[in-house]
Amino acid sequence: MKKALVFERNVPRFAAARVAAAIAGSGRGTGIGPLRLTEVDPPALPGPGWHRVRPTLAGICGSDLATLDAKSSRYFEELVSFPFVPGHEVVGVVEEADGPDPLAPGTRVVVEPVLGCIPRAITPPCPACAEGRTGGCERVAFGHLSPGLQIGYCADTGGGWSAAGLVAHRVQLHAVPDGLTDEDAVMVEPTACAVHAALDAEVDPDDVVAVLGAGTLGLATIAALRTLTTPATLIAGAKHAHQRQLAAELGADSVVTPDQLPRAVRRRSRSLALADQLTAGADVVVDCVGSAESLRQSLAMVRPRGRVVLVGMPGSVHIDLAPLWHREVALTGAYAYGTELVDGVARRTFDIAIDVVGAHGLGRLVSARYPLERYEEAVAHAGAAGRRGAVKIVFDLEARPPTSPARPRHSPKGPPA
Amino acid sequence: MSPRPGFVLEVDRSTPPTLFWHGERFALERLPTGSRVIYGPEPLAALADPVAAIRHALTHPLGDVDPLPAQLRPGMRLTIAFDDVSLPLPPMRRPDLRQLVIEQVLELAADAGVDDVVLIAALALHRRMTEPELRHALGDRVYDAFAPHDLLWQHDAEDPDNLVHLGLTDHGEDVEINKRAAESDLLVYVNINLVAMDGGHKSVATGLASYRSLRHHHNARTMQHSRSFMDQHQSELHTSNWRMGRLIAASGVKVFQIETTLNTDTFPEQFRFLQRREWEWTLRDRASFVASSNSLRRTPPRLARQLLHGIRAPHRMTSVQAGEVEAVHALTTEHVYAQQRVEVEGQSDILTMGLPYICPYNVNSIMNPILVACLGLGYFFNLYRGKPLVREGGVLILHHPTPNEFNPVHHPSYIDFFEQVLTETTDPVEIGKYEESFATDPWYIHLYRTGHAYHGVHPFYMWYWCAHALEHLGAVIVVGGDREAVRRLGFKRASTLADALEMAEDVVGRDPWLTHLHAPPVMMADVR
Repeated sequence: MKKALVFERNVPRFAAARVAAAIAGSGRGTGIGPLRLTEVDPPALPGPGWHRVRPTLAGICGSDLATLDAKSSRYFEELVSFPFVPGHEVVGVVEEADGPDPLAPGTRVVVEPVLGCIPRAITPPCPACAEGRTGGCERVAFGHLSPGLQIGYCADTGGGWSAAGLVAHRVQLHAVPDGLTDEDAVMVEPTACAVHAALDAEVDPDDVVAVLGAGTLGLATIAALRTLTTPATLIAGAKHAHQRQLAAELGADSVVTPDQLPRAVRRRSRSLALADQLTAGADVVVDCVGSAESLRQSLAMVRPRGRVVLVGMPGSVHIDLAPLWHREVALTGAYAYGTELVDGVARRTFDIAIDVVGAHGLGRLVSARYPLERYEEAVAHAGAAGRRGAVKIVFDLEARPPTSPARPRHSPKGPPA
Repeated sequence: MSPRPGFVLEVDRSTPPTLFWHGERFALERLPTGSRVIYGPEPLAALADPVAAIRHALTHPLGDVDPLPAQLRPGMRLTIAFDDVSLPLPPMRRPDLRQLVIEQVLELAADAGVDDVVLIAALALHRRMTEPELRHALGDRVYDAFAPHDLLWQHDAEDPDNLVHLGLTDHGEDVEINKRAAESDLLVYVNINLVAMDGGHKSVATGLASYRSLRHHHNARTMQHSRSFMDQHQSELHTSNWRMGRLIAASGVKVFQIETTLNTDTFPEQFRFLQRREWEWTLRDRASFVASSNSLRRTPPRLARQLLHGIRAPHRMTSVQAGEVEAVHALTTEHVYAQQRVEVEGQSDILTMGLPYICPYNVNSIMNPILVACLGLGYFFNLYRGKPLVREGGVLILHHPTPNEFNPVHHPSYIDFFEQVLTETTDPVEIGKYEESFATDPWYIHLYRTGHAYHGVHPFYMWYWCAHALEHLGAVIVVGGDREAVRRLGFKRASTLADALEMAEDVVGRDPWLTHLHAPPVMMADVR
């Protein structure tokens, strides 16, 4: 039995977390919510091809925060199974393998958490999985595993926030190159999301591209856009000073505060304006926030027949879609990863993400590491990351439990947390 | 008793605290012993009969030109251009000088049977004036006679159909001005010469010009070579305008220049203490100061701004001259200096100044951070002839709240300049690379032409205005300024004057010598 954070179906605690987060801010309701620190057995290997992985670092993602704050859309209710161990941004070490072509124990790996048809032993695979677009798998609630669109939301696999480890299928594991630190490696999963979004944005060389939001996903998206596309101008809206600095370092041509973003887009696109609506605007807007306000702003500053790529996970939002209709704007979601076509060559998104992380040294975005025992502090820190000068908060599964309150460790290259 | 000339006070232990403007408020500051305070001359006596003086000027022109009545004939095209809302400061009580002069010109035109008359507000790239502002400048009678018939225009520097390119100067400068003005049989230009920079060939060559023309002298290089731009003979800004003005004349444009000067009677009775020397304050002055300070301190900033922008200055005409541009301007400049010149010996290590609520570009508007910089480092720093009041490498201390606040109607491109250019660089030369994209931005052009917005390129000009000072100074400190705004400008912020002086010592050394420019009322330091 080892320590793990387990998320249980518990309606009163769920409601309490929601109220606390609404009053005190994101990540502040963890102590009274459905997440609890407990002892668990390591999950069983579900079958051939499966590996047991001992996590080293596991990130706290925006979608994790939404879950802990009880703000996730009810859409996901049938796509998860309880109780589950959260944590889908994981770097770890292979401990045990079963089946053909196993990775050797001790191999450092990052986990591609989507539980598609192959891990679920579904044959034939769904059309999306057959094409390698595992993020689009139609069967994430079927097969021999409990429902769960990813490791970290499935009752059978365990998750990254656990010293007891998790299980992942061979197709979900990517060996980490020696050149990447653990901090770099834990950034591969969110960067893979960013890579998928950047490629999904269909950026042309003359395009003005605006990125809304400069948390982990926004910054990784800027890095991916800069690496994989050649926009004429890449403009970023970033709320906090350290985010603005990082956005510029990662390749944004212009970085402004979010309230100034429409003005910057207007100027770069040489648009006119009618009230808050630009007459022309950015060719592509990548929304890495996913709120009603960010969507409204995206629609207000994308050009007619332009493209809004929704990368930040939205919930239930109320928004006026008249401009989308009138201006024939394409609004598209960009979820997870799979296989991408780059210059006519098919590559796994994770492989591209590993390159992007290495090229930009994205491990510097890891701002603080916490042991599991301090999960309330860690989640609160993640919930206020921007305000507190941080970007990515991770659990350090190898850290010793504290005997007294200690300061979180900071990445040497990271901003102050 | 004749008005007293300007005065340089040496501060000693008995000197009372010195008044500083602080935006919409005032402050009393004790300056270090040995500092000097420069006070401008007292207001000169006004002309007893300004209308008669105007008539006399129009009928007795300077230079080789005929009297105005002799130049007027039936069937001719007459255009009367006039300075815009940026002059004078604060706006003067009615009747405005422009009204007095234009009424006389129109009377002569009517007597001569001239029918084709158009009035043009010479905006250059400034915002269009509102109806109340035009009525104030021209008087209701003139406004009502011209505006309803579309005979009162505001110069549109972006109207390709109403601009004419007259050629290039021998320095390759485009000269492109208002077509109606250029193609009239006579162009009468009515100036209010508040400071030495105003008037001369600058009136037409700048006031009625396009961006294509203005960019040749409104740039960092020109301003760095204008020392100062208040001294026409040492000003590259003026040299360029003079080249253009002469080309305009050589192109056959007949300009009849009218220039007027004002005394420095700047503030109404309740604010009279602002133009008195502190040790001479009467009991009433002290009471006015306390009452004004307290009430302004308790008034919300927006309301205080409104109150102060409602001030109508009592300043009055001290001279009027008309005729050929250069002859007129030479005499006008003498009158300006007579009112404003103060002799000053030597440069100090530190120059302090309190900045008021108003500058030429925020009449009835907000003094945004870029305008604060322009007023301090552009206008006030350049109020010198000879040498700057502060030595090279010295420190300029401004007293102003510098709110991070903009009027989105008047200054839309300023907001973007502040957020998108000054975040990249504050170097006046380097910012030039962004100039064209602002100058040709269709949205700014639309707002300039149809709303009340300054042209897209205008904030660049404000920053170029600071170029000479930025090159000359070792540091700029703003007392009481908004932290973020001051930082964005590239300056340092101090909470108090005492803190600012301590900070300044890091730049200029211990026991620095300090000069305080006690303005407004405006003055001109003749520094030897």
